[in-house]
Amino acid sequence: MSSDAPAIELKGISKSFGPVQANKNISIRVAPGTIHGIIGENGAGKSTLMSILYGFYKADRGEIWINGTRTEIPDSQAAIAAGIGMVFQHFKLVENFTVLENVVLGAEDSGLLKPSLARARKELKMLAQEYELNVDPDARIDEIGVGRQQRVEILKALYRQADILILDEPTGVLTPAEADQLFRILHRLKEEGKTIILITHKLREIMEATDTVSVMRRGEMTATVKTAETSPEHLAELMVGRKVLLRVDKVPAKPGKTVLEVENLRVVDDKGVERLKGVDLTVRAGEILGIAGVAGNGQSELLEVLGGMREGAGTVRLNGAPLALSGPGSDGQARRAGGIAHVPEDRQREGLIMEFHAWENVAFGYHRDPAYQRGIFMNNAALRADTERKIEKFDVRPTDGWLSAKNFSGGNQQKIVVAREIERNPDLLLVGQPTRGVDIGAIEFIHKQIVALRDEGKAVLLVSVELEEIFSLSDRIAVMFDGHIMGERLPDETDEKELGLLMAGVSGEAA
Amino acid sequence: MEFLTIIQVLDSTIRLATPLLLACLAGLYSERSGIFDIGLEGKMLMAAFFSAAAAAMTGSVWLGLLAGIVASMVLSGLHGLASITFRGNQLISGVAINFLASGMTVLIAQDWFQQGGRTPSLMGGARFTPITFPFADAVRDVPIFGPIYSELLSGHSILVYVAFLAVPATWFVLFRTRFGLRLRAVGENPAAVDTAGVSVVGLRFAAVAICGVLCGIAGAYLATALQAGFVKEMTAGRGFIALAALIFAKWRPWQAMGACLLFGLLQAVALRFQNIDLGGIVIPVQAMDALPYILTVVILAGFVGKAIPPRAGGSPYVKER
Repeated sequence: MSSDAPAIELKGISKSFGPVQANKNISIRVAPGTIHGIIGENGAGKSTLMSILYGFYKADRGEIWINGTRTEIPDSQAAIAAGIGMVFQHFKLVENFTVLENVVLGAEDSGLLKPSLARARKELKMLAQEYELNVDPDARIDEIGVGRQQRVEILKALYRQADILILDEPTGVLTPAEADQLFRILHRLKEEGKTIILITHKLREIMEATDTVSVMRRGEMTATVKTAETSPEHLAELMVGRKVLLRVDKVPAKPGKTVLEVENLRVVDDKGVERLKGVDLTVRAGEILGIAGVAGNGQSELLEVLGGMREGAGTVRLNGAPLALSGPGSDGQARRAGGIAHVPEDRQREGLIMEFHAWENVAFGYHRDPAYQRGIFMNNAALRADTERKIEKFDVRPTDGWLSAKNFSGGNQQKIVVAREIERNPDLLLVGQPTRGVDIGAIEFIHKQIVALRDEGKAVLLVSVELEEIFSLSDRIAVMFDGHIMGERLPDETDEKELGLLMAGVSGEAA
Repeated sequence: MEFLTIIQVLDSTIRLATPLLLACLAGLYSERSGIFDIGLEGKMLMAAFFSAAAAAMTGSVWLGLLAGIVASMVLSGLHGLASITFRGNQLISGVAINFLASGMTVLIAQDWFQQGGRTPSLMGGARFTPITFPFADAVRDVPIFGPIYSELLSGHSILVYVAFLAVPATWFVLFRTRFGLRLRAVGENPAAVDTAGVSVVGLRFAAVAICGVLCGIAGAYLATALQAGFVKEMTAGRGFIALAALIFAKWRPWQAMGACLLFGLLQAVALRFQNIDLGGIVIPVQAMDALPYILTVVILAGFVGKAIPPRAGGSPYVKER
């Protein structure tokens, strides 16, 4: 075939799971030697499409053409043979194997391991030089960070001679610096003639890294455009199907009396490490205090102590009255009764019970509310009616309260948690990573709810590792580093660079 | 204690450790691939019966061994079908296999031989006979070396040597071959194996098949070498002790051998020293017989430390994005 044939061409791919049509008649052409983005909200069918390309699912209809040749891909073996490599969102690595063993697994040269391992070692050295993919071949996977684990996945694909590399939400687990490094590697791979498909729901990555971009919505490919000829706003509109506000629209805050006062708060974790080393902060009614910082600098512990999930020492006052930080009265139940609502950072582990129905999840933390009781029994009917109301008000989809939490998309799960906490009309809302793994439409909605609560004169303490989110929501920004508050800034009077320095522990005076 | 007594106890340790070792290695293959197998006991029992029955009817111990292996593999296939193909619960499948074997062996034995659920005693070519090493008789009287060579090392049936040779073989397969790498990988993270283009189902069935063969040999050894014929429930919990040894060994072959020798030693001691008289207090024989089992519990509870089983063990593999 001619050399200008597309590296990948999909023609009319359709795939249904029962009544749900995940992919509807999808056609796409990816030119060789380019980075092609596929963007869409969670559940738009991106991952299904790529799983078909990697032989995980079989398409109901449609054709796959690789480099101008019609190719059947019934299993991963065939995909590898066709030169396709895939880096999954959740890595497929054997954790107690070395890097070398993971690379070789499934691509051994012969029945005995030794020659395979020796060749792979040499090959890895070459790949490392060629693409800046440095990883110690003898390190065990569970001893290296996620950034390096991801490199191992890329190395696996390259070792199998992949010409086409598919990356599914590759930056979800990476720090900003690691993500930048990943994109440098991808550009290098592109220069060497590899074709890359980047699946993501982050507009910024698409704009920065790709040559062309295809947009998916509800199982359909709605558009394919050259990245240079589009804008984030336009892409967002294509993704969601309506105009989307990427900036949060809000009036200036009207801070009132002090709601939360934290003085010299200290926390020592289970391993005896001091996580909070004397934190002081205040949050007033009608304002959002945003806590910025690289993950792991004490923000989680701060939320956990205030939310009653962890014990601490120091002074915390809510509306002037001291809160118990250990012993009786310091648990989540007491906090909620006192008017503190908490949207925890990890909704799947702390915010919801994934196997339980939505309506049961709506009760958690408030299950002793008299409205939900009937004698010694739970008043499930009242609970379900309440859930129905919240589902409607917060536009949770699907609208069926009988579904398990795990059957909702990330955005809708988060809406359930936010609905449960905000609808209690708390004096103080603690909210951690409110939009982690949440799609654009839901981000917009959740942000609006948080701002609306502020406008009602409530205090909000927001923790987020996304600087963009901190900037767009906060009325004041505090930066945490190593268990301390490094400094406070007003969003209008600072920029990402200054906050970045504070987040790295360089104090304002020194910088 | 006399030197010769020690040699005799150790000699009997080797004999008693052999079925444990074979079953333990069988479990090692299966569990390393992510298929937990508490049906080792049932497979051994079934193999013991069919090997004894075939040997009794044909007069050939080799046909007996073959019948034992086939019987054990049939149960392995059943376990594989239930837990790999149909993604059933591996514990329940294992328990079912144990019950099935326990009932069926006695039932068929009674139907075929009418001797109260046992097979006729095996004689001559229907039993595995000891192999005598060259010069074993000649060096018997040499001090120290003589008894070790002619009593301890020489004079076991071929299956004993097979069992102990299976240890380095298993180590080699597990850590030096492609199959071993994939086997260990599939027990830790089947998704990694699947996305690497290797069949999870194929690997797991291979592991379960090897498990069947080894359990078959273990059962045949019990009925045609250690003893002369099948009796009801003759495995006497050895399948479970082998599992305990496997955990004790943390799923590693050399350590498995050590653990099985330890448990074998406990059994040998219990057999050798019955009704011990401790200055007036006589320890009853039942207590001595129970000792290996009690010590199994004690060792597992107290000395294993942290045993981390293969991470994907016990759960069927379902493809996920």
